[in-house]
Amino acid sequence: MSTASLEGIKKSFGDVQVLHGIDCKIQEGEFIVILGPSGCGKSTLLRLIAGLEKITVGTIKIDDREVNNLEPAERDIAMVFQTYALYPHMSIFNNMAYGLKIRKMSKEEIKKRVYNAAEILELTPLLKRKPKELSGGQRQRVAMGRCIVREPKLFLFDEPLSNLDAKLRVQMRLEIRKLHQRLNITSVYVTHDQVEAMTLADRLIVMDKGFTAQIGSPLDVYERPANTFVAGFIGSPAMNFMDAKLENNGRSIRISEKEYLELPGKGLPEHIDNKVRAGIRPEHFVICDAKEAQIKLKTDVVEKLGADTLVHGFTLENNIAMTVSLDGIQHFDADTILSFRIQPDKIHIFESESGKRLN
Amino acid sequence: MIHNRPWLSFLTHSILILGILILVFPIYVTFVASTRSVDSILASPMPLWPGMELVKNYLAALAGPSKSVGVSVGQMMLNSLIMALGIALGKITISLMAAYAFVYFNFRFRNLFFWMIFVTLMLPVEVRILPTYEVVAKLGMLNTHVGLILPLIASATATFLFRQFFMTIPNELCEAARVDGAGPYRFFIDILVPMSRTSIAALFVILFIYGWNQYLWPLLITTDEGYYTMLIGIKRMLDVGEGQIEWNLVMASTILAIIPPVFVVVYMQNLFVKGLTETEK
Amino acid sequence: MIQQRVVFNNKVLPYLLIAPQVIITLVFFFWPASQALYQSVLQEDPFGLASTFVGLDNFIDIFTDEIYLNSLLTTGFFSISVTFSSMIVSLLLAVMANRVLWGGAIYKTLLIWPYAVATMIAGVLWFFLFNSTAGIIAYFLRVMEYDWNHALNTGQAMFLVIFASAWRQISYNFIFFLAGLHSIPPSLIEASAIDGASPFKRFWTIVFPLLSPTSFFLIVVNVVYSFFETFGVVHAITGGGPDYATNILVFKVYHDGVLGLDIGSSAAQSVILMSIVIFLTVIQFRYIERKVHY
Repeated sequence: MSTASLEGIKKSFGDVQVLHGIDCKIQEGEFIVILGPSGCGKSTLLRLIAGLEKITVGTIKIDDREVNNLEPAERDIAMVFQTYALYPHMSIFNNMAYGLKIRKMSKEEIKKRVYNAAEILELTPLLKRKPKELSGGQRQRVAMGRCIVREPKLFLFDEPLSNLDAKLRVQMRLEIRKLHQRLNITSVYVTHDQVEAMTLADRLIVMDKGFTAQIGSPLDVYERPANTFVAGFIGSPAMNFMDAKLENNGRSIRISEKEYLELPGKGLPEHIDNKVRAGIRPEHFVICDAKEAQIKLKTDVVEKLGADTLVHGFTLENNIAMTVSLDGIQHFDADTILSFRIQPDKIHIFESESGKRLN
Repeated sequence: MIHNRPWLSFLTHSILILGILILVFPIYVTFVASTRSVDSILASPMPLWPGMELVKNYLAALAGPSKSVGVSVGQMMLNSLIMALGIALGKITISLMAAYAFVYFNFRFRNLFFWMIFVTLMLPVEVRILPTYEVVAKLGMLNTHVGLILPLIASATATFLFRQFFMTIPNELCEAARVDGAGPYRFFIDILVPMSRTSIAALFVILFIYGWNQYLWPLLITTDEGYYTMLIGIKRMLDVGEGQIEWNLVMASTILAIIPPVFVVVYMQNLFVKGLTETEK
Repeated sequence: MIQQRVVFNNKVLPYLLIAPQVIITLVFFFWPASQALYQSVLQEDPFGLASTFVGLDNFIDIFTDEIYLNSLLTTGFFSISVTFSSMIVSLLLAVMANRVLWGGAIYKTLLIWPYAVATMIAGVLWFFLFNSTAGIIAYFLRVMEYDWNHALNTGQAMFLVIFASAWRQISYNFIFFLAGLHSIPPSLIEASAIDGASPFKRFWTIVFPLLSPTSFFLIVVNVVYSFFETFGVVHAITGGGPDYATNILVFKVYHDGVLGLDIGSSAAQSVILMSIVIFLTVIQFRYIERKVHY
């Protein structure tokens, strides 16, 4: 088990800077997921850790040893690639053994490790086959097996499930989680899929345009997003935003002439002069009587998903688009007026300009 | 497709059979002649069925020097084989190496070298045959196997084929090899060359035929009969001046000269077609 | 050249890797090619002892030399005849082979193998068949009271070299036409069949236009073939005769340089040939998407 640390990592390709200073300490046995939209620099960061690209500024340490100038093979890491990158002309056994052979490991030891990994991944009957004779999920497992046999200090995953179909993805996600529980190898996992991120991660690094937007546990990131980017990116359907004004000495926010929402506790008296945006997740709307309504919506499209129902509509007062998620199957026609209440502690307040969280 | 016209089907097969007859006929007559004595060939007309002298003619051709050429067909076959294999293997080797350098390395003057090699696509060896002859003469390579082979290797077709193929190999594969600890040498030998084996085989077929069938170049640089290739030997056997051509031996030699490349084409037809359409287009 | 992925950082290795090809290219391509350019503006005395700079005199001599001009015309006629006769036969065979459902693979194999026959051997085969003392075809022509002697009759000599050269090229063109036909989506043919077009109409309105890239490519390749590779045919059958009737350019270069030892003129002829090939190659690059993308 190993630790790793990223200190002020910057990376430029020519004149274009893609990473603007990333800091993170990774604990022993931790499963870190780097999450972000495409082009945010998450894959580049992983490739820097792997040693496939050179760092422009900053330091990467694995177990307190600086690895900046080491070749990938010298860093004691293993990597699962998006396309699996299995050697097409080698048998599954040789695919897994290749890295060990290069390290001049003894034949018996190689055999032992490969068979052991194959056992864990249920690949034993396939060892003599070629990669093209395997299904997508099996190839995925071989790619992981290739990493396991190396017993690396750091396990790197580059969007490993994105080439699988939806059903297989769920299954493999679970297997990766189980594997980590069993082997407990410190891992860094890159994905753009937030479900993968939420289910796999001990801690998340959410990235945006080459910056870290937030580092924290999945629930932390969901419940207390650090800024509007994270708030909007995490959660599906996405959080609803509206401009608002703090009043009543910061204890409530006004979202339209007639509508206001109370904040929990003392509110935000210190930010009374700031322009703010309020964010409410679709699942935090509670339907109520018209008399008690804090927000009224005019429905537009109603999507019945079975487990829940998505209501797309517009606020009656300001005509802002909102999405509300309600449990179970609900029947509403278009242009129905619905009344909602919001729990005070489910309201997220951000500063308008910077997007930073205030409460 | 619509196949409800019997007369059209009949026409189709007839035309194909006629085409095959036109292609096969001269070879068949040559084969018949190679099984007959000179007298029977000159009988006007020569009968169109095989004679009795097959073994005798072929043994005579393979073993002994004929009247007009002081070297056996066996030796000439060997020379042709050396030339064909030398060109095929030599060109494949240097092309693989150069293509590897162009795709996987960055180095000063890469573009310059690339263009230098690229230009050779434009000029077949026949065009610069005499100056090349002088160069080879100056290097003392006349009447050597190296002299037969090297000038014909100076062409970029194979290099481009491999470069093209390497560029289709996903980058992640190379990165996986790096993570596994393979350096440039091991990546080349363990991964890249084995992955290219279909292209290598296809190219081998094309280049073997190309090398075996070279005529003008060996004609120029081989004055020593010991280095004659099959085609040159056959030409010499025909150049008898006032004397009678030993048709039976010429025809047996011709069949022997055709067999290796035809065998390669028929036996490796799919690779051959692939190689041809990919190197040329 | 597009910037490719670069994975290995190694200062010396890439140079070692390209060294063999670069050295061979320099020694056996650039050296001779520049030598040809250089010699084409020199006049060597008959003993090869001294040479003087004569500017474009060699070129002027060539283009005022009747034999050369005649050779140019001969080459033009020869290559056009070879190209078209061979391509038409190949196209016909390819369309037929593409039609058959039964036995297609056998037909294909039987039509492909002559590619392996060297041009020079093709010359020998037909030389034998038309040989006045031993040739079967010559015999039957005599029986039909047609006087065949390509050693004396210029027209017959030309016919024979064209015939042998075209014969050798049929398989090559067939392979490419067949590949071209295979790449036409069957749905197009079916659509036109549903529209009620007859097989012949389908060919001319759908198949033939879609084959035009292949055809164009083959025209260039066949012209280059008949300019250079046919040396073996001419050398084996006619030796450029009779009376210069089959004296194509590449044969003349060989003849003047090797047998005539007129280095300056031969070099100038080489330079002209190079220009022709470069011209053809440029056309080919222009109109056909080639494998080399920049």
